[in-house]
This record gives sequence, C-alpha cells and structure tokens, in this order.
Amino acid sequence: MFESSLKQLGDALRANKISSVELTQSYLDRITRHNPALNAFITLNPEMSLAQARAADARIAAGKADALTGIPIAQKDIFCAKGWLTTCGSKMLHNFVSPYDAHVISQFNNAGAINLGKTNMDEFAMGSSNETSHYGAVKNPWDTTRVPGGSSGGTAAAVAARLCAAATGTDTGGSIRQPAALCGISGLKPTYGVCSRYGMIAFASSLDQAGPMGRSAEDLALMLNVMAGFDERDSTSLQRDKEDYARDLNKPLTGLRIGLPKEFFAEGMGSDVAKAVEAAIAEYKKLGATIVDISLPNSKLSVPVYYVLAPAEASSNLSRFDGVRYGYRAPEYSDLADMYEKSRAQGFGAEVKRRIMIGTYVLSHGYYDAYYLQAQKIRRLIAQDFTEAYKQCDVIMGPTSPSTAFKLGEKGDDPVQMYLSDIYTIAVNLAGLPGMSIPCGFGANDMPVGLQIIGNYFDEARMLNVAHQFQQATDWHSRAPKL
Amino acid sequence: MSLSSADVEKVARLARLAMNDQEIQAAQAQLNNIFGLIAEMQAVDTKGIAPMSHSQDLAQRLREDKVTEPDQRAAFQAIAPQVEQGLYLVPQVIE
Repeated sequence: MFESSLKQLGDALRANKISSVELTQSYLDRITRHNPALNAFITLNPEMSLAQARAADARIAAGKADALTGIPIAQKDIFCAKGWLTTCGSKMLHNFVSPYDAHVISQFNNAGAINLGKTNMDEFAMGSSNETSHYGAVKNPWDTTRVPGGSSGGTAAAVAARLCAAATGTDTGGSIRQPAALCGISGLKPTYGVCSRYGMIAFASSLDQAGPMGRSAEDLALMLNVMAGFDERDSTSLQRDKEDYARDLNKPLTGLRIGLPKEFFAEGMGSDVAKAVEAAIAEYKKLGATIVDISLPNSKLSVPVYYVLAPAEASSNLSRFDGVRYGYRAPEYSDLADMYEKSRAQGFGAEVKRRIMIGTYVLSHGYYDAYYLQAQKIRRLIAQDFTEAYKQCDVIMGPTSPSTAFKLGEKGDDPVQMYLSDIYTIAVNLAGLPGMSIPCGFGANDMPVGLQIIGNYFDEARMLNVAHQFQQATDWHSRAPKL
Repeated sequence: MSLSSADVEKVARLARLAMNDQEIQAAQAQLNNIFGLIAEMQAVDTKGIAPMSHSQDLAQRLREDKVTEPDQRAAFQAIAPQVEQGLYLVPQVIE
C-alpha cells in the first residue's frame, strides 16, 4: 500500500477496498514508527486528519469522490492551514495557529484530500540543507548522517520514506528540486503564477512558487491538477484556462529536442552526478529524443543576482514579524523599539537574520540602483537566454544539484558554499520558468542523483510527459530507502 | 567594497535586529564574504536593459472598489501576544 501510486490509491478507495480512515491511520502509524529518526514533520494532528478522513469516506460513499479524495497528503509548514500550527520552521511562529487556509490548502480540502501533517523545512524557506529549521534538522532517509536538501527537506524525506502518499513544497531558488534530487523523489516547480501564493508565508515574492513533490511524474500531474488555478487574492496569480496536467503523459518522445546547456556541464559538477545525468540523456536518445547543444551565457550570474533580489524581498516581507499582532514577543523589553529589536533578534535564526541584513543593506539609501535595479536588469538577460534557447529545443536538461546529499554540518559555517549548491536551479526561478527534478541514478555513497528538466513557460504537461516516459523505461523513481 | 562594523550596526538598526558587538563582528565577516560573491554582478553592462520583476511582465490587476473581507478581528486577536478591549497592546510611546 505504501508503494501505491495516487491513482492506485484513488481506485482502491473508490472501489471500497480500503477506507480513507484506514489509509490515514496506517500512514500515521508509519510516521510514529519512522519519524523520530528523520524529523520530517513539525506538527501532526491525528484528530484533525482522521476527521477529514471520515468526511472523505462519506463523500466516497455518496459517489462524489475526485482523484485525490481520501488520500493523505503532507503539507510543507509554509502553508497556512486553519486550526493547524503553522511555524514556517521558525521560533518566530512557534505559537501561530493559523486562522485561515492558504489557497493551496483550500484546493486540497475541496478535493477531499487529507492533511496528514505539516512537514519540516528550513526557517522561512531559507536554506539548502534543512539545518536552519528551529525544530531541528531533517535527516536524509537514504543515510541519516546526511542532509535531505532544502528548503522543502521535510517533504522530500517524508515522500522518500513513504510517510505520506505525496506532499507539497515551495521553490524560490531550488527548494523543491534540490531536496527532491537529494532524496531520490520527483518534484515540480510550476511556471511562476500557476499556483496561488495566498497563505503561503512569503520569502521572496517575485520568485516563490508552490509545487508538488511525489514518487512519480504521474503523481505530480494529479497533485498539480489540484494545486494550480487562478486566485484573485494573489496579485501575481495568472488567469488561465484550467488544464489537465496528466493529458500528455503517454505521448511518445519521438522527435523531442533536448537542449543541453554547456554551462551546466562545465566544472563544478561532481563526476558521479555527471555519470548519472549522462546515462539519463542516453536513455532519452533511446526513447527517440535528439540532443541540441545550447548556451545560457548569463546563467553564471544567477547566484549573485539571486542573493540580491531574494534577500531584498525577504527583508521587506519579514518586516511584518514585529511581535505585535502574532507570533513571538520577547519576554522583556524597555520600550517599543526595544520590543521590536529583541523580538526579532530572539525569534529569527542566524540565516534569516543574515538575509534580512543583506536585503536591508541593498535597499538602503544610495544602493538601490547599484544592487536591486542592476540585479533586475541581469534577471532579464538570464530570462532572454532561455527564450533564445527554446527556439532550438523543447526542454532543457542538466543536473539538479552539483553533488549528492552532503553530511549534516558539512557546510554549516560557510553561507557562500551553501548558496552555491543551488547553482543549477536558481536561473529557472529568476526567469519564472517551470522546472522539475526526477531521480536518474545513484552517485557516491549510493546517494540519489536528480535530473533537472526545465520547460518553456506553461509547458508543465510536456515536462510531465517527458518525465513519465523516462519513468516507464527506468525504475530509479521506484527505489526506496531501507528504514 | 567592504562593510565596516559601523555599516553593519546601522543595517542591524534599520532591520530592527538587536545585536551585540560579537554578533556584529561575526555578521561583518559573513556579509563581506557574501558581498564578494555579489560583486561579480557589478561589471555586467546593462545599459538599455529594462529591469524585470515578473516573467510575464504583467501589470497589477485592478478590482472593483468594494468590501470583500469579512470581519475576522476576534479570530486574529485570539493569537496576538497582548490585546485589551479589542486593541493590540504595545509599550507606551506617548507620555
């Protein structure tokens, strides 16, 4: 049952072979058994999950079930869910029981899915290893001395360890794709604007995007069908016709043009990662694809550009945490300014403070043009590189991360080293393009390697087709860690 | 470019983050490393390039000027650190 696809689970529920209450309870039992070693969840609320499961069973009995009705889905703790503790991995929100639902959460609720629990994450989604969480680091289920990646590391570990059927993530600079790669699962960051950001705690608003994480491309398609959609409460949500992201899964890949950016295959990528990615490309040739050499000359600037734009937007977004209306307030203070300064100093962790300070500096008087504006201009150059490339190819492929999962603590003291682990994923966020990672083999120490697939704007259905066909021909995605 | 400890102190004050001398010093070293990484960006010629904030270059949507939010004051104040008679309490700012 824990190996079943979302489609198989949905079929079993609708055929009354299992009830949602039984399924949800089985997952909760599995979490109780394995989560202590992984720390993938921050909050569980069996009572609320099982109440939803009972309602789902009634809906199934009434013949009104949708694709995900009754299926237990874990939610990254960045999504506000009414009545659930929603911490965003921070001490700042240690007592924040959300009074409302994020759009993504209400979409799952309307679909009759079960909220199985809130997954651990880097504090305010700032990190690539899950070590910045106030609630402790998540362990990689393939090797518990290693990181799961971040910031959606709790989600990635939970999916890899089969502690949920599928789960949500968010991706500002690689936070869905990098942990998916490091934990050997599939993850998709849609085109910016496809999923509403309403109720998704803001990090860098012009880059943040929610997306599904699961065990296969087919599962991701069913998840995205629920998550995507226009929402007037997010001013950047795109008004587009509803689409079925699973519609093209079974199309053959004959004639598919795969662009390989020379910059992604240059120095910096581990030889074990290179070997697995090259083997995946060879598999795609067998499936009928042709290879096109392309160049993304400005992509090397994506890390510096990102570390101006994302902290600038974060410093503005996180100014709302002031100890007045919700969240943490320092126990002792002398006046109002002291209350703000102490609440924020005690409520935020080191990485969050670091990024707030970078952002405050680049937005401060006299520096705006030199930093923020210059970064936004280079952002357009980076996006234009992709537009040029898509004149010659249908999808772009490369590694998701330069290495497999590193050891806990290995990059702890050096923020710059940590930032460079997102070198292949950040350009995609800056351009607003959809990107995904699927498992494509194992590297050093038998840790999973991810293949990154980057699509053109709104090409999610094609990317899922490209990933699904690979998963029909290989079995990397169905390998599971021994717990 | 490199930030002095006075620069770091000023930034911490603007960001409303209480920091002691030791924290200022540690932040100074790390921020300077990060700005070393960012410096690569400065040499790029961006003359005539329009800044990009949204990939679809969308304008903000407008909506009708009518009340859309329900009253949720009680629910929101239930999670506040300190409220009294429906008001959020902070230390006195006017004598």
